[in-house]
Amino acid sequence: MSVSTVDERIANIGVVRRLLVRPELGSACGAIVVLIFFAAQSSVFRGPSGVANWLDPASTIGIVALAVALLMIGGEFDLSAGVMVGSVGLVTGLLATHYHLNIWLAIVISFVFAMATGLFNGYLVVRTGLPSFIVTLGSYLMLQGLNLGVTKLITGTVLVDGLTSAHGFSSAHFVFASSVVIDGTNYKISIVWWLVLTAVASYLLLRTRFGNWTFAIGGDQAAARNVGVPAARTKITLFMITSGAAWLVGVITALRLTSVQANQGVGNELIYIVAAVIGGCLLTGGYGSAIGASLGALIFGMVEQGIVYVGWDADWFKFFLGAMLLLAVLANRVVRQYAEQSGKQP
Amino acid sequence: MSDTPVLEVRQVSKYFGTVIALSDISTTVRAGQVTCVLGDNGAGKTTFIKILAGVHRPDEGELLVDGTPITLTNPRDAIDRGIATVYQDLAVIPLMAIWRNFFLGSEPVTGRGPLRRFDVATAKRITREQLAQIGIDIRDPDQPVGTLSGGERQSVAIARAVYFGARVLILDEPTSALGVRQAGTVLRYIVQARDRGLGVVFITHNPHHAYPIADRFLLLQRGRSIGDYAKSEIGLADVTRLMSGGDELDSLAHELGRPSLP
Repeated sequence: MSVSTVDERIANIGVVRRLLVRPELGSACGAIVVLIFFAAQSSVFRGPSGVANWLDPASTIGIVALAVALLMIGGEFDLSAGVMVGSVGLVTGLLATHYHLNIWLAIVISFVFAMATGLFNGYLVVRTGLPSFIVTLGSYLMLQGLNLGVTKLITGTVLVDGLTSAHGFSSAHFVFASSVVIDGTNYKISIVWWLVLTAVASYLLLRTRFGNWTFAIGGDQAAARNVGVPAARTKITLFMITSGAAWLVGVITALRLTSVQANQGVGNELIYIVAAVIGGCLLTGGYGSAIGASLGALIFGMVEQGIVYVGWDADWFKFFLGAMLLLAVLANRVVRQYAEQSGKQP
Repeated sequence: MSDTPVLEVRQVSKYFGTVIALSDISTTVRAGQVTCVLGDNGAGKTTFIKILAGVHRPDEGELLVDGTPITLTNPRDAIDRGIATVYQDLAVIPLMAIWRNFFLGSEPVTGRGPLRRFDVATAKRITREQLAQIGIDIRDPDQPVGTLSGGERQSVAIARAVYFGARVLILDEPTSALGVRQAGTVLRYIVQARDRGLGVVFITHNPHHAYPIADRFLLLQRGRSIGDYAKSEIGLADVTRLMSGGDELDSLAHELGRPSLP
């Protein structure tokens, strides 16, 4: 890589370089490889019902992974995003069944609850300067305890069910949990939510002031502050967006299953981070992509379902995911070195 | 009017607890002139910049812009009054594209309501134009700032400050981490900014970088001013001697010199 020579100014080299520094390049290649790999071996996987099947987990992981990616670009983590999905489901479920509220009102209240948690996480991180890893690990454990404790206290069990009988269930189910039939195949509506939100998140990141600030506070918070970026406000908003995404998936899951387990969502927080990292997010912040995170979630969905379709033991899934993660991180490292190293040339 | 300095510092002091970081510092910055602040490590240069940039508030003394006393409460306040600061390491964000860096914090927007968005086309065009004006021909405004050389990065930050209507440009050791040729490039941009009518505060510990472009010198030592001179009043040799501690240097030279042969 000879830098700062005349060659560098030639346009076609510029195109190659520009492609190479796209954060979603690695995840796009990965998604294509995984797709070809499983599609070649299983006719069910490449058929319409197979596609609908692997798009479904991709969508529910992807919606939160998008928000987690934005937050990671802003330089922070949220470990409470997984358990938040369960908390939202429980709040919605308890209010609708045990307290007989209209389910739409329950959904609004759980939204307020999610925003408050996001605000709490963000405010604590911004005010104390503690690593968000620790702060959200705290809120993760607290929420996990609350989910179990409060559910047991109110229902006497670790399950909230009977959502079907709540007022407004059918309309809420239509918006959040119905299926769209295309050519005889049922596609979950969450896929539509996911695709729309991918576009929204990408637009937000690349085409708004907020997006520019997000990159900046993750890249170098002090430098961003010096030029007048409202770092604290931006960061808190990112935490609230993350719990907002967890809220949406929480509502989708609760309405789909019509019952909520008290341990719902626990363990997914790392999957979101894996999807974001496969999608090109740097753990150190300042770099990444929303589309990449969605591609990471797509890989997750394809591998999870694909392993079953080709008849392997599902235990191999985690191994596969781990290998993808390592590959992605190695690829990211090369990109980062590329972006930083050439600056040291005279 | 032309006689009023664009920025004046009057008997400013700053204490951190019992530590006297700066004591009784005064100087002036005039439009179209360069005021150099020289001092060794620990002389109070950083505190001085931070007071001008609105990060710290002076405990005593005052700042005057166009002859009017002002109080700066935060960095944004300073920027709004036309005082722009370019920090040595903290000037730009390496992983972000040049045009994103250029407009960071002051992004142009287009559209209205929920469609209010970052006007990317304008940002890219202006970035290219502004950098071309100071002689940086960027291949691609999308390339990360990290791929630019250190001198170019400083220059991008300077160009940005000039474009956003800075009247006073504060440069924190812009040349100290650079090689001779790159330092020369940055010094040239500083002269360009000066010629466009900006008042420049140039902080450095290198008298050889300072002397050719300075109109005024403020020499700091251990938080105190050891001189505030116009260029006509002082020569390069004196600046060098004063800032390296004067007598201290003489005794050091004596100490390090070879003992005369018997």
